[in-house]
Amino acid sequence: MELISQHAKRIMEGCKERARDAGLSFQDESLEYIVTNRDLVELGPKNMIPTLYDYWVQDVEVLREQGRYELYPNNPYETVINTRPPISFYNDNNPDWLNVMIFYHVIGHIDFFQNNIYFRHTWDYDFASKAISDKRLIAMLRSEKGRWVDYIIEFSRALDNLVGYFEMLGGFNRGDNRDLTLLDYYFDVFLQREQKKSITGYVKEIERYNSFIRENHEQGESLFLETVKSKFTELETLYKKYRDDTAHRARMDILQFLIENSSFLKKEENRWMITVIEVIRTTSLYFQPQIRTKILNEGWASYWHEELFLRDDRIRGHEVEFAIVNAKVTSMPRVGLNPYALGMRLLYYLEDKANKGKMGLDYFRTLDSHQRRNYDTEAMKGREYIFHIRENYSDTMFVNSFIDQDFVDLHKLFVAGKRLNKERMTWQYYVKSREATEYRKMVADQLYHPPSMKIHVDDSGTLILNHLFEGKPLVRDFVDGTLMGLEFLWGKPVCLYTSEPVVIRSEEVPGAKEEKPPQQYTWKRFRYTMHDRRLTRELVE
Amino acid sequence: MKKLRAQYEEYKRKGLTPEQDAMMRRELDIAEKKGGIVELQHSMADPARPICLYGYNDQQMLMDNVPERPVLATSVHSLEYLLEKDSQREKDGFPRKIRVGKMVKPGRDGDDKVVVVPTTVEEKLIHDRIVPQDEEEGEGQGDGGSGEGEEGEVIGEQPVRQEKGSEGTGAGQGDAGSHEIESNAYDLGKVLTEQFKLPNLRDKGKKRSLTRYTYDLTDKNRGFGQVLDKKATLRRIIQTNIGLGRIQGNSTVDTKDLLMSPKDRVYRILSKEKDYESQAVVFFVRDYSGSMSGKPTELVVNQHVLIYSWLIYQYEKQVETRFILHDTEAKEVEDFNTYYNSKVAGGTQVSAAYKLVNKIVEEENLAKDYNIYIFHGTDGDDWDTRGDEAIPQLKQMLNYASRIGVTIAENGYGISGRSEVETYLRKSGLLEEWRNNLRLDVLSKDATETRLIDGIKKLIS
Repeated sequence: MELISQHAKRIMEGCKERARDAGLSFQDESLEYIVTNRDLVELGPKNMIPTLYDYWVQDVEVLREQGRYELYPNNPYETVINTRPPISFYNDNNPDWLNVMIFYHVIGHIDFFQNNIYFRHTWDYDFASKAISDKRLIAMLRSEKGRWVDYIIEFSRALDNLVGYFEMLGGFNRGDNRDLTLLDYYFDVFLQREQKKSITGYVKEIERYNSFIRENHEQGESLFLETVKSKFTELETLYKKYRDDTAHRARMDILQFLIENSSFLKKEENRWMITVIEVIRTTSLYFQPQIRTKILNEGWASYWHEELFLRDDRIRGHEVEFAIVNAKVTSMPRVGLNPYALGMRLLYYLEDKANKGKMGLDYFRTLDSHQRRNYDTEAMKGREYIFHIRENYSDTMFVNSFIDQDFVDLHKLFVAGKRLNKERMTWQYYVKSREATEYRKMVADQLYHPPSMKIHVDDSGTLILNHLFEGKPLVRDFVDGTLMGLEFLWGKPVCLYTSEPVVIRSEEVPGAKEEKPPQQYTWKRFRYTMHDRRLTRELVE
Repeated sequence: MKKLRAQYEEYKRKGLTPEQDAMMRRELDIAEKKGGIVELQHSMADPARPICLYGYNDQQMLMDNVPERPVLATSVHSLEYLLEKDSQREKDGFPRKIRVGKMVKPGRDGDDKVVVVPTTVEEKLIHDRIVPQDEEEGEGQGDGGSGEGEEGEVIGEQPVRQEKGSEGTGAGQGDAGSHEIESNAYDLGKVLTEQFKLPNLRDKGKKRSLTRYTYDLTDKNRGFGQVLDKKATLRRIIQTNIGLGRIQGNSTVDTKDLLMSPKDRVYRILSKEKDYESQAVVFFVRDYSGSMSGKPTELVVNQHVLIYSWLIYQYEKQVETRFILHDTEAKEVEDFNTYYNSKVAGGTQVSAAYKLVNKIVEEENLAKDYNIYIFHGTDGDDWDTRGDEAIPQLKQMLNYASRIGVTIAENGYGISGRSEVETYLRKSGLLEEWRNNLRLDVLSKDATETRLIDGIKKLIS
């Protein structure tokens, strides 16, 4: 790994200027390294962060990747990591024009990292430095505690997809960081949930509050609260209870919960484990936005490398070579999903729509397809609009809000199905649907979505995870390993409630083995219990 | 030491500058104290040398003035180390996590390459696809696509039976490929035997017929040959000259006076080497019918990879392997890759495969010269539900086979422990009658690697 040559760096500084002129915003400094494919294989398991803590799973992955590389040698084009300054990695021997293209792509990513609000929590510090101090910490602990450090890493990592990413992000945008006041509680919770007031009753109460304020601007609120307190004597106790409940239980993710409440971790000889868990937790939080903005981030970077490259005067004459590489990266496959391509097309599509003013109510009320097609107010708000998307959207929102029938038709997209043709002994791929709803659903189903767990502790001290049912089961093979680790960290038995599909057996017709009717199933709630490293599973409904 | 002291005194008498005096005293002190010198030697700094091709720092010159750095690779642990740590897990009461022997299939036609790699999964609570049992019907989750085509229109197909594409690759290339898988498998077998404590095979007596030869530069010949063995030649020359009395006991030897006879020159010469015929032939038999698709195939094939690797190691590569696939008909395939990758969606007839094994053994008269092992992997389905045809064939096989291992990987459609093959095998009483030669191992659908290895112990111990 070495720094890129001064020559290439000079070219890149030129790219930065052009990108800034086009409206992208990112910090001045950036670091670029030349890496070999071997370096990349070794960096991969560390999520490209060279300073990430060491862990044996990464070694296994490196060995596996080396094997894979033996079979399928390949040259990855670029990788960029969200550090301060951002670091990007390049292959050796790239021609200048290719470096320009890649660097524009990288700038797109950097701009995205530094402006998309889902990355808000990574803006204030340099992750590479944090990672190296974590790495040293873990190395030091390992020299004292040996393999037990690896067990704790393993058990914490088993839970690190359940970190409270959105809870943490939520904290950021609360500018005032205000707690729920008694007044808030009275109006927002108490009246609506406990008293179940009708709308008129609720509005009347607000009006009563407003009249207090009108009469006495300074003291009005407290006077109002006095009247309320005397009317509902239990209000204050309920408020306190509610605050305790929400502040602690609901807001904490499972790792935080263990750190705060596990009697096992509180023991003097186990306190070091908390440090390890915290490292795993913060590292996981850092990586959360990357998985959730894949389509948007790649689309954004692809959009910009295409935009900026073609405008760059320095690379005249390489348009054809560019076109070939660009097509490989951003073409829509006949069957399969390419996040670069999909994201980029959606951004172009939205830019065009906003340029023609197709975002307003007026357009939505236009039902005539001819008029719709030729609708154009010459609003020219496209750029502004996609910058707004870049700042405020994640993949889920992006896909669910913007894939519509016009887009699907424009790019001739479809959901592809695969079925067995028994006569010809082939898998047949066919066009399953060209409905936007189906396509959107198919894309949305492939997005990252960790399960949501509610945490309780029952009277006997058993930790209970309640999996919120969202129409999907958990991977059963993994329950054992995960709960075993959780039991270890919790120090007492652990339960998991989850829903699983149960097949309804249709009557078997003898001899008709080949022609099975489509399977029917119902959802049943199961309880997994981990006790003394033994897993049991039982039906609870 | 006294001599030094005296010398110093003499110099001093002759007159010394204070600097000279100090220098001499220092050296004298060191000499008298002895021990100090050792430390001194190491505290010397490297002389600053210009970077040149002939210096110790030539590497630096060749590397464009960048001093060597330890590469990242050095921080990656070796497979042996990782497996050792993995076996420690068991002692600590946690299940093992590293799976070895997962072969990555190439998918390119022709010159297939395979490597053995370790894998591991980090278990997490994550969402699963709904009802994966539907997989077989192919109506899995939809995928994206773009381009022309009406709804419902077929836009492409892919053969289910992954036949070996072109046979046109050169022989040399093919050989290299198969050697590669073999050497990998050998390594894996070694790992298995050592790390997982698989049993050793019993010695089956003397090695047999000596009909194959290889040629190698191993023999020595005096006078002429291909490569001069200098050391041996020198020895001969000395012998000759001692014999002639030209070299005497204690006197120094002048090499110019030595005589050399033509016969003294020792050469290595290309020679015929005996090569032992393989001791064992192993039949891998696998059901590749429709019901096998997915997990059962993976289990069976993984287990066969492990057995294959282990046998290769045990017999030091002197194993001959035959691969047989069957649905309702059986066929022999050439190599492990085809065996590994093929699938089809047909019915199941175990007897067809057994018949083919019997036929091969009979036609090639294998029973006379070989230890024969047969490993059969199936999901337990058999259209010949009572084994009317399979059992007689099996009996015939038992007459010559050293071991028959049947693995049933349940596909989860039927009731566990009640598959047809298992039922008729148990009913036939062969398992008891031929306890030493016939073994059965039943795997559930979610068996792990560790379970597979336990299964192997059961099949071959």
